[in-house]
Amino acid sequence: MARVIGDVILDLQNISLSFGGVKALTNISFDVREGEIRAIIGPNGAGKSSMLNVINGVYHPQQGRIVFRGQERRRMNPHEAAAQGIARTFQNIALFKGMTVLDNIMTGRNLLMRRNFLWNALYWGPSRREEIAHRRRVEEIIDFLEIQNIRKTPVGRLPYGLQKRVELARALAAEPSLLLLDEPMAGMNVEEKQDMCRFILDVNEQLGTTIVLIEHDMGVVMDISDRVVVLDYGRKIGDGSPDEVRNDPVVIEAYLGGAAH
Amino acid sequence: MIYREAGQFKASYEEDQQIFPIKQDRIVMATLVVATFLVVPFVASEYWLQAVLTPVLVFALAALGLNILTGYAGQLSLGTGAFMAVGAYATYNFLLRLDGLPFLVGLALGGLSAAAVGIVFGLPSLRIKGFYLAMATLAAQFFIIWVLTKFPWFSNYSSSGIISAQRIEILGFAFDTPVSKYLLTLAIVSLLALAAKNLARTNTGRSWMAVRDMDVAAEVIGIPLMKTKLLAFAVSSFYCGIAGGLYAYTYLGTVEPDGFGLDLSFKILFMIIIGGMGSVLGAFLGAAFILLLPVGINVLMHTSVGALVPATLASNLELIVFGVLIIFFLIVEPHGLTRLWQIGKEKLRLWPFPH
Amino acid sequence: MQFFLEVLIGGLLAGMLYALVALGFVLIFKASGVFNFAQGAMVFFAALTFVGLTERLPQWFGFSPEWAGLFWIALLLTAAIMVLFAWLVERFMLRKLVNQPAITLFMATIGLTYLIEGVAQGMWGAMVRGLDLGISDEPVMWLLERHNLMISKFDLVAAAVAGVLVAVLAFFFQYTKVGRALRAVADDHQAALSVGIPLQRIWVIVWAVAGFVAIVAGLVWGSRNGVQFALTFTALKALPVLILGGLTSVPGAIVGGLIIGASEKLAEVYLGPYVGGGIDSWFPYVLALVFLLIRPEGLFGEKHIDRV
Repeated sequence: MARVIGDVILDLQNISLSFGGVKALTNISFDVREGEIRAIIGPNGAGKSSMLNVINGVYHPQQGRIVFRGQERRRMNPHEAAAQGIARTFQNIALFKGMTVLDNIMTGRNLLMRRNFLWNALYWGPSRREEIAHRRRVEEIIDFLEIQNIRKTPVGRLPYGLQKRVELARALAAEPSLLLLDEPMAGMNVEEKQDMCRFILDVNEQLGTTIVLIEHDMGVVMDISDRVVVLDYGRKIGDGSPDEVRNDPVVIEAYLGGAAH
Repeated sequence: MIYREAGQFKASYEEDQQIFPIKQDRIVMATLVVATFLVVPFVASEYWLQAVLTPVLVFALAALGLNILTGYAGQLSLGTGAFMAVGAYATYNFLLRLDGLPFLVGLALGGLSAAAVGIVFGLPSLRIKGFYLAMATLAAQFFIIWVLTKFPWFSNYSSSGIISAQRIEILGFAFDTPVSKYLLTLAIVSLLALAAKNLARTNTGRSWMAVRDMDVAAEVIGIPLMKTKLLAFAVSSFYCGIAGGLYAYTYLGTVEPDGFGLDLSFKILFMIIIGGMGSVLGAFLGAAFILLLPVGINVLMHTSVGALVPATLASNLELIVFGVLIIFFLIVEPHGLTRLWQIGKEKLRLWPFPH
Repeated sequence: MQFFLEVLIGGLLAGMLYALVALGFVLIFKASGVFNFAQGAMVFFAALTFVGLTERLPQWFGFSPEWAGLFWIALLLTAAIMVLFAWLVERFMLRKLVNQPAITLFMATIGLTYLIEGVAQGMWGAMVRGLDLGISDEPVMWLLERHNLMISKFDLVAAAVAGVLVAVLAFFFQYTKVGRALRAVADDHQAALSVGIPLQRIWVIVWAVAGFVAIVAGLVWGSRNGVQFALTFTALKALPVLILGGLTSVPGAIVGGLIIGASEKLAEVYLGPYVGGGIDSWFPYVLALVFLLIRPEGLFGEKHIDRV
């Protein structure tokens, strides 16, 4: 299937965020187009994760506007963001440790499930049908990410790489239109990275999901992303295609240093 | 060879999502149901029905209630006793003041009253967590008992807040023997246990556990924290309220506010710690264990072993054993007796091979 | 006005005693992140052990119970027993619960409460005992004559003791090597370990210090109300104090104690009659709760930012 990059789906304008007196983000603007893979790079402490947290409402910026799907807002709250189709994974895995892989992924479908607790207490008729229907969809995701063999395992017992994959599965279960990935490949070995790259590209191509990702591995970023934003000390210092960014003297100076060539 | 799942293939997700996917478990459960409903009433003595089986069921229900809140939704409560008191006193007042109100409706209204009170005291959970929240439930504990003691209206102006349960009558049949009270308790508790299991394995339960395990992530997924927590408080308090009603009506007959004090709350907390957090089975195992332990200690003290223990120590042995067991279980097996039961089943499944 | 002042001062003095118990909580929470529900049981245990020793020692060693040294020997022995207790808690409980969720540790201390209560009563019996520290519980004369205020001498002494203890602890925390290590541990367990601070020894020390605080609290409370099981309920009085003051703050415990003590007495006297009295069982909790909703981290607690 051919990839189609559409109009701007998410537009961030002049976002500033600070904690106490510490400025995490200063006047940052960039946009994300529908269907693209957009990377955010920058050294540690550049404000990358804060940026994602602003997009899905975990943090509330003091200044700036967020326009998502034509709707303008000062701030998101996480629940609203999820309801509008924004899903994400976390830098430090944020799975529900006490639950199985299957249950973790099923929580991702929470927003799509309609039956209230009284129906669920009976587990009868509509409630049962709903559970089964969503289970079916979740099994498709499980197949897609090739984690069939661990579906009944408590996530706490899984190795790191698999946990990352389960977290991706949980995010996908919500059928998001915008997927935020915070260092999806951190701490993985080469093979695991390759797998993860393939999954990300597949999600983007087959499901048409727009992806914003933070990643440290420059090779990966340059390979899979359409456009890259570069942050440094909470400011935007570069924005463009991987090639443009790679050759931007400001970026080279501040971030890549001499070692990039 | 007896406990094998080999050959039991699941052809649909429906089959995979059953409460007991393994056939042998279903047989055991069916046997248990038949035994408790049809055999026990005929073979158990009045003492056992009245002083052991009925209270175990009542406390199991209360523990189930606390387990929903603490074990599933991760919100620690030290106010279980007070929510039971609300159930008991509300049931009493509904039955007293509404003429001809059927008992079960009164009991349900008692449970709903407890749920309402639970929601009120659950409101702080939106802003505070952990032991701060435990403090909020302690406030509920002290406040509710105080209200029931100080305002005689709640106990129909009896002395020091004591209430005597009215006669239970359902569809013209009077429940006034130990056997009938036991059966009534068993029926109610079984139904509510099934409902709890259903909640736990569907979307509702998953949302609770998600909030328990990591609330920030839960919110990001789109689980509304406020609604989920308050629902846990409401359902939990409903269960505790019904348990309180049964405590007054089918178990003791006469209760006073102080009987629902902090000690009762702790006892029920111990039940879920020892029985198993976040498990329906655990509530039953824990209740049985905690209630039978003093009996066991008592029996032991009357044997030759008991003669060796100094009298002052013997009378405090219960406290010591409770204390040690709580710490022991928290260290060694945080999932309690339920986990031991599962490990036993795993072993049985592989037997005679070790792995 | 006179009456109001009396109630207020009485409340403030009682508040000092709450603060004393709360202090034990704060110490342990700061150093080990454990919310020690057993602090009240420790107060009971310490007081009971002290009284038990003053009764038994003369019998065992055949000296007169009137001998002045008895007090100090009993105190020393009680302190030694609290150190042993601290060591046992670390060895058999804390060490095995490292890295468990805070709430698990909290529940473990509820178990510990039962254990201590059982052991204390098993060792020394369950009857109520008097404890006479030789401080009279009479109004201070010059205050009564000059300002017409009824303030008990005992309360003043108790408050002074609490004040001294707080000062000593503050000094200990701020200026000694162990104190610095304690603060380091409180900040970050891992980091403290990595710079070579022996975590387990620190825990023993801090539990022992909390034990000493419990002795003082136990003696003061015990000589006021008798040494009895009800001493364990001092913990229940101290919890709202902690919430108000913040779990990690020593000054918070003091100020919180004063606020709770004063407002509780004032509420009982001025509000109590309208609602049937006895509101001091829950009033501090409701006060603390209302406060929590406005400022979740307490008066002096540190604000916590959730990192994702």
